[in-house]
Amino acid sequence: MNFQIHIGGFIAIYLFMVTAFAGWVIIGRVPAILHTPLMSGSNFVHGIVVVGGIFTLLNATTTLERVIGFCAVLLGAGNVAGGFAVTQRMLAMFKSSGQGGAHKASKHSRPKAVASTKSS
Amino acid sequence: MYVTLSQLIIGSVDLFAAFLLMFGLWRMSSPVSAPAGILWAGIGMLAAVAASFLYVFDVDAAARPYLPLNGALAVAALLIGAGIAWWSGRKVAITAMPQAVALFNGMGGGAAGAIAAVEMLGGRAQGSTQWIVTLLGALIGSVSMSGSIIAWAKLDGLLEKPLHVPGLQWLNGAVLFGALVVGGYVVTMSVGGATPMVAMPNLITIFFGIALLYGILMTLPIGGADMPVVISVYNAFTGLAVGLEGYVLQNPSMMIAGMLVGAAGLLLTLLMARAMNRSVAKILFASFGPSAKRKQGAIKGSLKPVQASDAGIFMRYAQSVIIVPGYGLAVSQGQGKLYDFVKLLQSAGVKVTFAIHPVAGRMPGQMDVLLAEAGVPYDMISQLADINEDFKAADVALVIGANDVVNPEARTDKTSPIYGMPILNADQAKKCYCVKRGEGKGYAGIVNPLFYADDTYMVYGDAAAVCTAMAEAVRGLGAPAAAA
Repeated sequence: MNFQIHIGGFIAIYLFMVTAFAGWVIIGRVPAILHTPLMSGSNFVHGIVVVGGIFTLLNATTTLERVIGFCAVLLGAGNVAGGFAVTQRMLAMFKSSGQGGAHKASKHSRPKAVASTKSS
Repeated sequence: MYVTLSQLIIGSVDLFAAFLLMFGLWRMSSPVSAPAGILWAGIGMLAAVAASFLYVFDVDAAARPYLPLNGALAVAALLIGAGIAWWSGRKVAITAMPQAVALFNGMGGGAAGAIAAVEMLGGRAQGSTQWIVTLLGALIGSVSMSGSIIAWAKLDGLLEKPLHVPGLQWLNGAVLFGALVVGGYVVTMSVGGATPMVAMPNLITIFFGIALLYGILMTLPIGGADMPVVISVYNAFTGLAVGLEGYVLQNPSMMIAGMLVGAAGLLLTLLMARAMNRSVAKILFASFGPSAKRKQGAIKGSLKPVQASDAGIFMRYAQSVIIVPGYGLAVSQGQGKLYDFVKLLQSAGVKVTFAIHPVAGRMPGQMDVLLAEAGVPYDMISQLADINEDFKAADVALVIGANDVVNPEARTDKTSPIYGMPILNADQAKKCYCVKRGEGKGYAGIVNPLFYADDTYMVYGDAAAVCTAMAEAVRGLGAPAAAA
């Protein structure tokens, strides 16, 4: 069995097509209330570009390539770390009125919460 | 050729990472499962980055002598970039989230562009397909980077006004055409092995220069309220660029992650554009706002200012209140004070709900995040489609810092520039309080008849200050000792 990765033109198009479709379906399920974390989360996901940056920098042969490769890793690392930090922070803030006993108002909002769960 | 052990490990780890990234986004379908989802995606990403250092065992022969230097630089860049971004991502204010996302997105685009630049300079791409894909990724990535930086500057208030220059669209078209011509020339020369008129590195520099310029020119004329669309578009662009460079580097996890984000960005872009009732092309390539000239019919009624304390007390004795927050609330950082007031209403038995318009704020869902930051439970927050019918039965609609998204003209007046845009039916509530800083118009530059309606009362002032005043008035009532 050959594990060497070779993605030819047509296979690439197939891969892109299936992934785009999967992305469309996955993202379509996300409720509007989470659209900001979704955006920063997908921002984090494309931070995988840092992997390509590392590959490029490790294979650099000239100083110019090295400088640009360094920038690629620097920017990619910023993308991935920043994207994760803000997404994780935002998602941690979403609380329902049922959980998190810190909210004293929960006693009053509980019946309303039942009434309005259909909306979320 | 047999595969080496390091290649096998990288391949398996990347496969695992690609799955976890998809799984992480899959779990974003509910606020309950989302926090764990992003952690899973983070684990996948960490594994992929760690495994990528195994590339040291398979570097090109030409690069082998430089391996210690390159490796050290890679570690340094990784630590510096990640460290700074992590620190600023932890620290940035929640109200500044759109800027932060724009900036991090621009970094991703820049990274994709830089990878393409190295591929081009080193002449590593083989055949016309690889060259075209490399340049396409470079173009999209560069546009995304410079465009995102302009978007960041606009969101951060560094660039105040959208640029309106007649004929700018033509200039933009010419610049894009120029980038394609230079790119095409680079491809033909490289694939044919011919010597170009200008030295190749210079030619590549020119190509990137034009691409970056296009991103700047394209974003400058776009106004603040269109930012949700712009951020989504650049998010999709970066994803696409990463996917394309993934193909060039033959890295399937980059291809999958990039395309996933490309699809996500496209979907969100279309959702936002639909919520504004405008086409994506119009937002990106035509200016809007001040240029919309129209004689607006005479508006019946008058503006009726009231004190914040009166508004607060009225709501205290209402049965149900629906709150429509807008960008003005974010600007004044009043979300915490608003929730304090809401908690007072709730303890007095008032049913309070938040109604969010899809394009309220400067990025999709920004108001939801702001309310979450203030501690508002997400089951109190409803989206447009779910709540619009409830306005009829509501005693009070409290509009805070929102304008165009509650303009009834969008439903009734065919000549209005916002006609057809889905709006929150705040005008159908029995009474409407609108908190505004002044008598200014909304982003669309049109007068909002809602403010002049018989049952609408204006509360002028900064949103945070008004919320404090309302809360104080209710507190003054509520305590039995003080009332006696």
